[in-house]
Amino acid sequence: MGQYAVRRFLYLLMVLLVVSAITFFIMHQIPGGPFSTEKKLNPTVLQNLNQKYHLDDPLPTQYADYMVDIFIPRVTSQEKVFSVTDDYLVNINLPLVDDAALRWINFGPSYKSPTLSVNDIVRDHLPVSAQLGVLALLVAMIIGIPLGILAALRKNTTVDYISMGTAILGVSVPVIVLGPTLKYIFAVELGWVPTSGWGDFDQMILPAFALGFAQSALLARLTRASLLQVLNEDYIRTAYAKGLRQRRVVIVHAMKNAMIPVMTIIGPLFAALITGTFVTERVFGIPGLGSYFVTSITNRDYSVIMGTTLIFAFFIVVANFLVDLTYAWLDPRIRLS
Amino acid sequence: MSAVDVTPQEQTASSASGVMQLGGRAQQSHSPWMDAWRRLRRNRAALVGFVIIILNILAAIFAPQVAPHNYTDQNYLALNSAPSWIVDIFPKMKPLEEQPGGYVNVNDDYILGTDNLGRDLLSRIIYGARISLSVAFIGPFFSLLVGTIFGMVSGYVGGQVDNLMMRIVDIMYAFPTLLLVILLMAFFRASFNEGDQGTLAYKMNQLDAAFGGMFFIFIGIGLTSWMDTARLARAQVLSIREKEYIEAAVSIGSRNSTIIFRHILPNILGPIVVAESLAIPRYISFEAFLSFIGLGVNPPRPSWGAMISDGSNALISYPNQAIFPALALFFIMFAFNFMGDGLRDALDPHANKRV
Repeated sequence: MGQYAVRRFLYLLMVLLVVSAITFFIMHQIPGGPFSTEKKLNPTVLQNLNQKYHLDDPLPTQYADYMVDIFIPRVTSQEKVFSVTDDYLVNINLPLVDDAALRWINFGPSYKSPTLSVNDIVRDHLPVSAQLGVLALLVAMIIGIPLGILAALRKNTTVDYISMGTAILGVSVPVIVLGPTLKYIFAVELGWVPTSGWGDFDQMILPAFALGFAQSALLARLTRASLLQVLNEDYIRTAYAKGLRQRRVVIVHAMKNAMIPVMTIIGPLFAALITGTFVTERVFGIPGLGSYFVTSITNRDYSVIMGTTLIFAFFIVVANFLVDLTYAWLDPRIRLS
Repeated sequence: MSAVDVTPQEQTASSASGVMQLGGRAQQSHSPWMDAWRRLRRNRAALVGFVIIILNILAAIFAPQVAPHNYTDQNYLALNSAPSWIVDIFPKMKPLEEQPGGYVNVNDDYILGTDNLGRDLLSRIIYGARISLSVAFIGPFFSLLVGTIFGMVSGYVGGQVDNLMMRIVDIMYAFPTLLLVILLMAFFRASFNEGDQGTLAYKMNQLDAAFGGMFFIFIGIGLTSWMDTARLARAQVLSIREKEYIEAAVSIGSRNSTIIFRHILPNILGPIVVAESLAIPRYISFEAFLSFIGLGVNPPRPSWGAMISDGSNALISYPNQAIFPALALFFIMFAFNFMGDGLRDALDPHANKRV
């Protein structure tokens, strides 16, 4: 298990490196830069700006510097001063020496908003996106898994048809359809919840539901299929033969194995949720990180592009990593092969 | 024809349905595809989906004839207008005459109303079907072409080559592809607009212009979609590579390409087609998503995603501008989902029995 985990972890690091490299080099191939505006800048000014942000260095050097700033932790004894170029996401005070601290993860300053560092943006907006993602995941699981179990237990009855009909409906409404529709019905027309914003619980209900519903449909279908397969196994018959009640057989014996395939799609599902947040945040006016990702590309705000891409990639890759580990832990055949 | 007597009614029934359904089933061997077609016709939900798709295809092809206006026609006297029936069903929309608070410019010339530039929504929805449908057919095409060949070669050759090829697929899987596609879209859009005449970039740009800005969307979809197909194709090849008829083909000296394309391909196509048809809604929503965040087709060409995006900016005042394109998107995805389900039951009947 340990060996398997280490291998998957190295894999994770490699993917992050490749993502960062590809993003970095593609981004610099896009014509125009952060300082190319409608009104042409004075060439000397432009040169100075490029020099200040080291944009005139060769690309590989820039990339290496950037990666060092992000990945390599540094220990300093300097007092933390506020500066957009020297802003670290992780600051851990070391106990032995005064003012000594471990500083880690510096995404650099934003080129478009000179008073902000990318870390400022991340600190302000990532929690919002994360809350939205977690709530949506909860919605997906709370609706999807019970619906799938119900459909499997009442196979080929009206209950089954209704749940699976709902599931097909769910797969057919992408966030860009469900978001505006829900917003219109519940926020504009009925006025039950606010139309936009983030922070109060009633502002969170609609976006979380809009984002989670389609995924709940996927989960429901998968749970049903997987549980039906497990219910045909011999050990389930044995459990019934021992005289156990249905509830106990399903929850204790069947669900444990039925959830293994369901676990595996949580990874891709999480990725879908993250990209879904771009849309949800726009429809409901939520101050999340997604809009920064999209606007930073059009703005050629290099450091913000890199920062947001890496953070989203990090979450997707880590989700996949955790899913792999859980999967291997639940099913020994995987780690042994 | 059949040796068994067929009543005239049966004969007309079978010829009317256009299927070689014969009284004496024993003599007539059905091809697997024929059986699949029979099973598909019995599935009512799939048929409804099929009909919706056909109607959409017709609307997309004959858009200039069907649509009441051109998608670029602007009527400056009817900006943000809505017909009276829409004003009636959306209670918050009040006509201009009804003061205080009335603001909607009521104009019954446009069945679904107009957008903020005075363009007919219905016509734009009809033209928008062109984008969604071309994605629905080009996506699987790319994915089938690349994925099937990649997977078949990997599975058939085996050994180190297989290992390497599957490692590539693994890495692509772990990749946050959508982030990458968004970046690539921005890259294509920006850089190919400024290519010099005669360069590759310029040619790509011309190609993109010819496709109305869809070329790069196709590339984006192609990049992200082939891995599933490749894995599936490889698994299928592995399962039949050791069959006797392949051995027979090898022993009579068939070339590898003959074996792959004549003997293996027809036998693995069923599950792959099923998987592809189930993936179509994903391609459609992918295009809509890209257009929604502004990286899709070039305006003024209408795409449902872009229309929903524009419409949701005015959702409170003019819900019709977002709701109707959203409905169109919903219907087409619903139809493809139903048809995909039906195809799965038809082409892969065992999948259903196992569950």
